Amino acid sequence: MNPVNYLYLSALLFTIGAAGVLIRRNAIVVFMCVELMLNACNLAFVVFSRMHGNLDGQIIAFFTMVVAAAEVVVGLAIIVSLFRSRHSASVDDASLMKL
Amino acid sequence: MENLIALLIAAPLLGAAVLLCGGRRLDAVGHWLGTLLAAVSFGLGVALFADMLGRSADNRAVHKHLFSWVPVEGFQADVGFQLDQLSMTFVLLITGVGTLIHIYSIGYMEHDENRRRFFGYLNLFLAAMLLLVLADNYLLLYVGWEGVGLASYLLIGFWQHKPSAATAAKKAFLVNRVGDMGLSIAIMVMFTTWGSFAFSTVFNQVGETGWGRNTTVGLMLLLAACGKSAQVPLQSWLGDAMEGPTPVSALIHAATMVTAGVYLITRSGAIFNQVQDVQTVVVIVGAVTLLFGAIVGCAKDDIKKALAGSTMSQIGYMILATGLGPIGYAFAIMHLVTHGFFKAGLFLGAGSVMHGMNDEVDMRKYGGLRKYMPVTFVTFGLGYLAIIGFPGLSGFWSKDKIIEAAFAKGGTEGWILGAVTLLGAAITAYYMTRVMLMTFFGEKRWNEEETHPHESPGTMTIPMIVLAFGSVLAGGLFSINESFVKWLEPVTSFSHGDSPVSAGVVTASTIVVLLIGVGLAWAQYGRKPVPVVAPRGSLLTRAARRDLLQDDFNHVVLVRGGEHLTRSLVYVDHTLVDGVVNGTAAGFGGLSGRLRKLQNGFARSYAVSMFGGAAVLIAATLLMRAV
Repeated sequence: MNPVNYLYLSALLFTIGAAGVLIRRNAIVVFMCVELMLNACNLAFVVFSRMHGNLDGQIIAFFTMVVAAAEVVVGLAIIVSLFRSRHSASVDDASLMKL
Repeated sequence: MENLIALLIAAPLLGAAVLLCGGRRLDAVGHWLGTLLAAVSFGLGVALFADMLGRSADNRAVHKHLFSWVPVEGFQADVGFQLDQLSMTFVLLITGVGTLIHIYSIGYMEHDENRRRFFGYLNLFLAAMLLLVLADNYLLLYVGWEGVGLASYLLIGFWQHKPSAATAAKKAFLVNRVGDMGLSIAIMVMFTTWGSFAFSTVFNQVGETGWGRNTTVGLMLLLAACGKSAQVPLQSWLGDAMEGPTPVSALIHAATMVTAGVYLITRSGAIFNQVQDVQTVVVIVGAVTLLFGAIVGCAKDDIKKALAGSTMSQIGYMILATGLGPIGYAFAIMHLVTHGFFKAGLFLGAGSVMHGMNDEVDMRKYGGLRKYMPVTFVTFGLGYLAIIGFPGLSGFWSKDKIIEAAFAKGGTEGWILGAVTLLGAAITAYYMTRVMLMTFFGEKRWNEEETHPHESPGTMTIPMIVLAFGSVLAGGLFSINESFVKWLEPVTSFSHGDSPVSAGVVTASTIVVLLIGVGLAWAQYGRKPVPVVAPRGSLLTRAARRDLLQDDFNHVVLVRGGEHLTRSLVYVDHTLVDGVVNGTAAGFGGLSGRLRKLQNGFARSYAVSMFGGAAVLIAATLLMRAV
């Protein structure tokens, strides 16, 4: 199968993720959309690795997973404490950081 | 002998220091100490003069380097003295007339509780004036120049409880400051051009220097002379300076300090001789002032102000003579010396009249005083005959020579200058006869119950008698074999001009204009009684009473002009400068107010801007690659 199709899939996933981040208010959903974007990138890295015939892309995909795992820990902790203090997981409610 | 030169200045300087720092405990002896030190200075002057006469004409000038004042690489300011024939003449005049006026002041200031301070200032003046004429470089001359300005300021405002005196002192100081700026600029230009202030260095190099530098220096020196010698356009202070005690008017504002400008131009003759144009300006200044002062003197009813107008006019003669170059320098100085005698005598006479008349200065309230003050009358009368140029007396010899020199300038200029000086002589005769008739002749116009005219004490009359002798004899003595001209020739150089009219014709016409002036004054003030209240008078008379509108002119042009200038500058400051500064601040404030709106706190809008930014970056990258 032509590897370019995987790139189309990756772009599609990234777009869905980006649209989710911009449109949805629920912090959990926004968070999942960020994960979707990260994985779309991973897919693109792996495809490029295959197309160029070296392992650089696959190694970077592993790095991304590590970073994503760490990010999940911090992000979920923030969301949980936000929910505890405000009884809401809406990102628009947390808008005190402004001039 | 050279060591005595420093002592000449040190004696009055010591007197000033002791009298001004000594306090009230010196009140009893202060005036004697001051007079003694002035006399010591005069004695030293005479000793130096005798020593100088013992040498041949070319070896008479002596130099004395006292110490290095500011010894910096490339900037050498020294304190050194130069005593040549010109300085010697001034030293004798300053200390001689100065000592006489010290003696006179003992009587005149007897009832003033600040007499000690007065003598301190007089001594300070003598020291500064001697420094001025003895300095061998321009920087030291400038120190003396400022010193006499200070002494003049202090003495004009001596009765500072009178607002008019305090104002007059300030006015004199400010107007003099304009002239002093000229002198300091001249000195700076000298230093940048010739690298030195010393007379010898400057005068040796002046011939090799370009027209521009020499003209600048000449004009600035002339400005300085105008300020100190009350010449048009800086003449306005002299009339008001008469607010000071009369001995001050006699010593500083008639005999010595106001002639410093004549000294400066004569001393700088080497510079002025190089630039004909500047000499022409000098002559014009002298001629204008000569007529200006004479016209003012005709209209004043205040005896001292009439004499002040006369002083201005006579100094105009001297400045005119210095502008003629080597034809005129010697005669300018000769007139300066004779004027020093007779004008000091006239002022002392005026002071004596005021002393006997309860300090009344209005001549319309005098009249018939010759019977009450015989000594004052005779001495004043001799001074009067001398100043109008009565044949045989001092003024005749010196003024006649200046008129001859003016004709000898040659060409149309010579004729114009000759006519102006002759006209001046006629007006001089007119206003001095007017003063004489109004004061000593005619009806009594004072109130006999309140005023008891009396002769002044001996301390006042003796100096007047001595000065009267000077007024009578000095001119004649100087003219025997042209001794005065020959005496000054090594310093000022001398040349006989080619006069288109013979000396006899000049003398005859001088006597004719003299008689016309006296006759006119007699017709107006001798034949008819003098009205006690001044008549309204013609337009010219009224203008002359207001000093030919000099103060109005200064007010409109300088004061108003200055006010408008400052106001417009304030306006520019408020609108333009503040506008730019405040506008910049307001612009940044408004811009940041708008940028602040981007910080709305919504995470999603930050995310949009991040995506937007990334999209723009990617688009730009792709675009660059495509191109």
